[in-house]
Amino acid sequence: MTITAPEVTLNLEGMLCPIPVVKVAQAFKTLEVGDVLEATASDPGVLIDIPAWARTTGNELISIGREEKVITFQVRKVT
Amino acid sequence: MAQALTIPTPDEQMGEIPQVAQKKISMVVFSGDMDKAMAAFIIATGAAASGLQVTMFFTFWGLKLIQDGNRTGSSVYGRAMGAMNRGGIDRVGPSKFNFLGLGRWMFKKMMRSHNVASLPELREMATDLGVKMIACQMSMDVMEIPKETLIPEVDQVAGVAAFIEESQQSNSTLFI
Repeated sequence: MTITAPEVTLNLEGMLCPIPVVKVAQAFKTLEVGDVLEATASDPGVLIDIPAWARTTGNELISIGREEKVITFQVRKVT
Repeated sequence: MAQALTIPTPDEQMGEIPQVAQKKISMVVFSGDMDKAMAAFIIATGAAASGLQVTMFFTFWGLKLIQDGNRTGSSVYGRAMGAMNRGGIDRVGPSKFNFLGLGRWMFKKMMRSHNVASLPELREMATDLGVKMIACQMSMDVMEIPKETLIPEVDQVAGVAAFIEESQQSNSTLFI
């Protein structure tokens, strides 16, 4: 799953909307352009919401996928 | 003649506003129901997390969500209203299945067991994300809710023109 070594990792498992998106956005404030955030989550809504968040904010979704119940995604800070 | 007129280009009209203007969303929070307040704060936090500038305009029953929970009212009616419709984000109940407060208790329990953020947590998150909260002056006057009984996170007490100005600059406006 891991393509790039992330600068920040988050555990969002057990959290429901809107917390995952809020936590990712808060973490992004501390990142530099080009940095990568990797997170795990369990709410299936994340599979739709994180790509939508990346499109809205203009950041790059590197990967997102689910294995069993754990969703893993990587986002790179572009803006 | 039309040629003689110098029509400013959109850039000139915009003046010093930066090229990429931040997107905005504004909402009227009219309801003091727990479920509708959840929707309002979830949209507000989600929008702010997505980089939008968010303004929430609290009016009528919605004022309960930004009151500190102290008693309000100066006249007999105002005091009665302050007692029967006491403010505070912890006191609001769902629009259905409240059953004199039993529903509120049940909803809170269910939300906790599903790990959903509570209303006070959502409001705190909204503040942290820079969501602007405006209280409606007119409904505060009518319901005799002094500014001192609002939570300090409230940015402004204003009227309809202030809201219209915000909504004019917004990409979408919601009434909840």
